[in-house]
Formats: sequence, C-alpha cells, structure tokens
Amino acid sequence: MHETAVNPWVALAYLVSGICFILALRGLSSPQTSQRGNRFGMIGMLIAVVTTLVTHVPMGGLGGAHGPAIAAAGDFVDSVTVGEILAAIGLGAVIGLTTARRIAMTAMPQLVAAFHSLVGLAAVLVACAAFLNPIAFGIADMVIPLIGQPFAAIHPVSRIEMGLGVAIGAITFSGSVIAFLKLNGNMGGKPIMLPGRHVINLAVLGAILGLVFYFTQDQSPWIFWTITILSFAIGFLLIIPIGGADMPVVVSMLNSYSGWAAAAMGFTLHNTAMIITGALVGSSGAILSYIMCRAMNRSFISVIAGGFGGDSAAAAGGGAAVDRPWKRGSAEDAAFLMSQAEQVIIVPGYGMAVAQAQHVLREMGDKLKEQGVRVKYAIHPVAGRMPGHMNVLLAEANVPYDEVFELEDINSEFAQTDVAFVIGANDVTNPAAKTDKTSPIYGMPVLDVEKAKTVLFVKRSMGGVGYAGVDNDVFYRDNTMMLLADAKKMVEEIVKSLD
Amino acid sequence: MDFVSILSVFVLACFVGYYVVWSVTPALHTPLMAVTNAISSVIIVGALIAAAAAGSPVSKWLGLLAVVLASVNIFGGFAVTARMLAMYKKKERPAAVHK
Repeated sequence: MHETAVNPWVALAYLVSGICFILALRGLSSPQTSQRGNRFGMIGMLIAVVTTLVTHVPMGGLGGAHGPAIAAAGDFVDSVTVGEILAAIGLGAVIGLTTARRIAMTAMPQLVAAFHSLVGLAAVLVACAAFLNPIAFGIADMVIPLIGQPFAAIHPVSRIEMGLGVAIGAITFSGSVIAFLKLNGNMGGKPIMLPGRHVINLAVLGAILGLVFYFTQDQSPWIFWTITILSFAIGFLLIIPIGGADMPVVVSMLNSYSGWAAAAMGFTLHNTAMIITGALVGSSGAILSYIMCRAMNRSFISVIAGGFGGDSAAAAGGGAAVDRPWKRGSAEDAAFLMSQAEQVIIVPGYGMAVAQAQHVLREMGDKLKEQGVRVKYAIHPVAGRMPGHMNVLLAEANVPYDEVFELEDINSEFAQTDVAFVIGANDVTNPAAKTDKTSPIYGMPVLDVEKAKTVLFVKRSMGGVGYAGVDNDVFYRDNTMMLLADAKKMVEEIVKSLD
Repeated sequence: MDFVSILSVFVLACFVGYYVVWSVTPALHTPLMAVTNAISSVIIVGALIAAAAAGSPVSKWLGLLAVVLASVNIFGGFAVTARMLAMYKKKERPAAVHK
C-alpha cells in the first residue's frame, strides 16, 4: 500500500503493460500490423487491471488490504468487494461495447469526443478520491499535532501533481462535452464569441495555476474544489469560440489532454503504466494537432483563440462572386466524361460524410474500373472532422486502402489526370491558397484539382461557401463542370448512367 | 520510486511516443485516436485503487463511478478500433490484374 515497499513484480507488470501500449501504437504504422497492435493494447490493459485488482482489492473477504490506513475517517471500515468492482466493470463493458457496435462511422468524431470526456471525468474523480483519502494512495503522512485532530498531510509534490491532474481532467471533460455537442449537431458549429474572452480565459488560467502552487502551501479543501470548478469553466470557455471546421485540431488537442491527465495521475500514484500511457497519448494528440494545424497553415494559438469561420468572413468572401459565369453539368455528362477517362481522381470531403455518399461512391469507382478507368482517391489531411476521417469512411465502403493517397503523394498526378471528381470538399481545393495573398487560407497546402483536364465539382448549390467563407476560383474555370445536387443523389444518378 | 526516476520514465516515454506516432500512417489517424483514447483509460488503475481503499466511503463511490466510466472507454475504445481496423483491406489481386 505504500510506495516505499512496492513489490518488484508489481512494478514489472505495470512496465510490461506500458510496453504493450507502445507496441499497440507501433502496430498502426501499417494496416497489416494494426490489428495485432490493437490486441497488444488489450493485453496491456488486462495486465494493468489484473495487477491492480490482485494488489489492492481484498479478494473474497480474505482481507489484507485493510492496512493501517483507516485512521483518518475514524473507525469507519467500508471496503469494496470484488463483486462490486466486477459489476462496475461489467456495466461499463456493456455500455462501451453496445456503443462501439452501433455507432455509424460518420459519427466517429462525436464518439471520440464523448470518450475523451469520460477519461477526463474519470481523472477528476480519481483525483478527488485521492484528495479525500490520500493515505490510501500512499501520498500523505499522518500528522498527529499536540492539539486537535490527527490529519493526513499530503506531500507537496503530490499536491502539484494532483492539482494539475484534476485541472487537466476537468478541462478535458468540459471541453470534450462542448466538442461533442458541436460535432453531434446539438450545438451550432458557428463559433460563439464572448466579449473579452481572451482576457477572461487568461485570467481563469492564471488563477488555476496560481491556486495549484498555493495548494502546496495550504491543502485546504476550498483550494482543491476551486481549482476543479475553474478548470471545468475554462474547458467550456476554450471550446465554445472554436468553429466546426477547426474541430480536427480540437479533437486532437483534447486527445492530448486526456493523455496528460492520465500521466499526472500516474505521477500521483507512482504508476509506470499510467505514466508511459499518458506520455504516449499526450504526444500522439499533440502531434496530430500539429499535423492538422500545418495542413491548414494556421498556428495552434490562432486555432485555440477561435472565431475562424464566423459570419464576418462569410460576408466578406461571398459578395463579389455571384455574377461570374460557370458551367453546369448533368449526371450523364459526368458519367460520359469519366468513362472516357484514363485516370479519375476522387477528392472526398466532409460533405461526402454528411451525405453518407461513401458506399455509392465506391460503387461508382467499381463501375469505372470495370470500364478500364484507373481510379484513385486523394485525401487532404483536414478533410472531415477528425484526422483520418475520410480514410475510415472509404475503408467502411470497402475501398482498398492502396487506392487512397495522401496529399503529398498524389498532388503531382493531377496534371496527368483526365477527371478530378470533387465531392463534398471545397476549401482544400481552392487555388487561392497558392496565389492570393489576401485570402484567409493563403499558404494552406491544397489539392491541385484545377490541373486535371476536367474538374467535376459536386456541390449542393452555388450559394454556399466553404468553412473558410471564401469563394473558390475552381467553380468558374473553363475546365470545371458543376454538378449541383445532393452528393449521394448525384453519385447514384452517375452510377445509373454508367450502366 | 522517487520523483526523479518517475520523471525520467515520463520524459523517455514522451520521446518514444513522439517517434512511434510519427511512424503511424495518416490513413490510420482515426483508429490512432480511438486506440489512444482506449489506452488512456489505464486511469482505471487509479479508479480501482480509490474504490478499494478503506477509510473513506465517498472516495470508494467516486472510485467505483470512475471504474464504470473508464470501463466504458476501455471496452468501447478497443472494440471500435477493432471494428475500424477490420475494414481496411488491400486491393484484391484479380482487380489489379484486370486493368
């Protein structure tokens, strides 16, 4: 029960569990090894849970765990039973497995956000439990003063770890709840701007950090609870001004936070498995946020500051463009052009996910392949609402992953391609990012669809603009044909025409 | 373990994480998020210790609740990752020959 006397086998078991988690991520370097990697993750988790159960939970009333740690709450002995623990795990398992089986692939970003919130809340609960019962966690010493009640003095280092743990956990929780509501459509994707929000946010963050340091001097409950409440508030305040299209960064960032929260609790509990995992997850989320920011040519700070994709940007970009001439095509035209092509590159975006058009899109691809056309898919890193969102949807629709290419790998091919078929994407194809220095998306890497002989652009209507609120020059080019309809209906009609 | 050795484990694990994650193929970034989410539920270790600790009934119930939340994540996270990974398939040979 006390960290000074840790059984070396127990420490070793947690280390093995941590290594399993490293192997789980290592497996994701290619689709062939990924499933084995996932199994390593499960084994690691099993080792960690069983080890903890064996060392901490009194088995079948045999006792042993009733150490000397009871004094704080008087004579109250209220020990958990194995049955209660297994019931708790079982309840979680039923909820988790049912959700995992039922969830639609298009709803994956919401699901991940929801899962992040659970990790955050669990971290908060564990930190609260550790604060209320520090002796049991081996992070405090009993102090028996000459006058008054004996109390548990929490080690100063543990107070910092606990304070940071509860803060990061709470931010992860409330931030993820907001991200979930936005992704799930319960809350508008438009950024919500509070006046003076930067000042408020910085003040709250400053207060949290100040309190965490003050906590080392004074372990009064009010400090702990204030840190918790302020952190819930800041998570909420940080995410509400961020627009829907910046969600890939937000989801990755919250992923990172959930890792740091686990690591902070690992420091408190001196647990290697939690520290290794926390560090892995923390760096994973941080790297994904970085990749997403780079793919939008935006700094992390500007994303977090929020407000991108608001009404003002839409108003500024939309006005001038209405009168420019553009060509409209029909499903038959599109089918004819593509069946005559040697190579077609399909560029999917969030609109494809919204319209659930991935299955019929794959059908279209199959028809074209039957007619001897080479079909490839080009994915922009920020297409969709989370990293890799499009890849999962295409995989769901049985598109082989070796037909799906990343931006850097396929961009040079557009010049030798007959048809670029853009479906549900917009800003990631906008050439203004390369040429127009005044454009809000200038400098963002884009797919060079306009270099293809013909661009077929599936879009609901000419009125709407992309998330950045800028007009796309591709619409008005001579080699572009606009296919105005719901993405799924349009592709269905094209499939019919291909017969 | 003293603070410095724990910190060493943490810092080294961050480096491991950095290199391992950069080697993850972008096509698997969504499963990466799902699986990291599942493994970050290793926080269940803390939840189990809290639930098992004698001395504070409040702490016990907080721990048990945390066990439920973390379990949702563990089972849900690994299951949904497995479901996604099973969908990634390579091109079948005949299709490639056809062209």
